[in-house]
Amino acid sequence: MTQISQPDQQFIKVSIWRGAGDKGGYETFDVPDQESQTILDLVSYIQQYIDPSLTYRFACRVGMCGSCAMMVNGVPRWTCRTHVKKITDKAGSLTIAPLRNLPVIKDLVVDMDVFFDKWVRAEAVHHPTRSIEQGVQPVSEDTAERQAANAAIECINCAVCYAACDVVASNPEYLGPAALNRAWSLVNDVRDGGREAILEAVSGTGGCHNCHSQQSCQKYCPNELNPTASIAGLKRETSKFALRNLLNPANKHNQGEPA
Amino acid sequence: MKVSGHQRHGLWFAYISHRLSGLLLALFLPLHFWVLSLALNDRAALDGFLSWTDLWYVKVAEYGLVFLLSLHFFGGLRLMALEWLPWSARQKTYAATALAAGFAVSTSFFLSATFYG
Ligand code: SF4
Ligand code: SF4
Ligand code: FES
Repeated sequence: MTQISQPDQQFIKVSIWRGAGDKGGYETFDVPDQESQTILDLVSYIQQYIDPSLTYRFACRVGMCGSCAMMVNGVPRWTCRTHVKKITDKAGSLTIAPLRNLPVIKDLVVDMDVFFDKWVRAEAVHHPTRSIEQGVQPVSEDTAERQAANAAIECINCAVCYAACDVVASNPEYLGPAALNRAWSLVNDVRDGGREAILEAVSGTGGCHNCHSQQSCQKYCPNELNPTASIAGLKRETSKFALRNLLNPANKHNQGEPA
Repeated sequence: MKVSGHQRHGLWFAYISHRLSGLLLALFLPLHFWVLSLALNDRAALDGFLSWTDLWYVKVAEYGLVFLLSLHFFGGLRLMALEWLPWSARQKTYAATALAAGFAVSTSFFLSATFYG
């Protein structure tokens, strides 16, 4: 990115949230309009040439790391893969804010701790079934379970879905679409031995049954994953699991044992 | 109510119409039961009440109510299918169908009440 100062240069008005914690306000910058600019390019330009104190997060710039998500004109987006031309409103202006539903550290940087703590609370972590001596368990690609696991697997932990979800906004306990989506992947993974623990973790307070199926998560997920479908899957599995335990309490602790 | 940027998509509108129609129907329900109770306790009052339904604006209000009811009914079927059947990628089509079915049912009701009622 180069600094531009030709006389006929066009500029974009970019309003950026500045502040820490709950306090702050929007500050407007004029950024040169360039070909093929992304939202992240605009933010970087401001930080490099106008105000070096502007704080934001990014790493890969190619949609792999999931660290650059922000609210752009009120919609959560991965900014490194979002072209300015695609989203400027009719007035040609842009508003960039930190991700919704997460505490702001400074400017465009949010604290992701709650987001990741909820993955752990949802038991969306690997529960190994084999030791290193036993080798890797073969996985058949053809089963319906594997296909369900694969469909949900390409998450980059960007929290775009978490920011889009109104249930997260109204219920701080709600585990959120990303954690539940990963939990669904693991429930369908033959290598994971934590099926019962996961189903229990996602049926409690803040679990999958809180989801209202608004589908904003799948609408905005940059990797085109569908957390709503995963959550619907969890709703069915947790209900079957609860019913089975009700009918046959002896079953309860025999589930999810390594094969 | 202000709809913010991330909410501006069809399936969010499907969600909010299901919620709002449910809420409005719940508010209407006590009145509905009270009128029904007149059938047991006070026939004359019931007949007086029912004669109101000949007024055009009461008919339009009924049209609204039947629309809310059928929208909520078909929207509810959509949600039950979403949660209990294997996932289908045609969620927007189903939401649009629920809206169209709600409209068709309530309009047929309105037309028949207007011409044959
Ligand atoms: S479908 Fe569920 S998880 Fe996704 S945005 Fe809506 S309420 Fe949140
Ligand atoms: S599910 Fe999609 S939107 Fe949510 S964290 Fe993963 S990649 Fe991001
Ligand atoms: S910077 Fe890595 S996803 Fe955008």
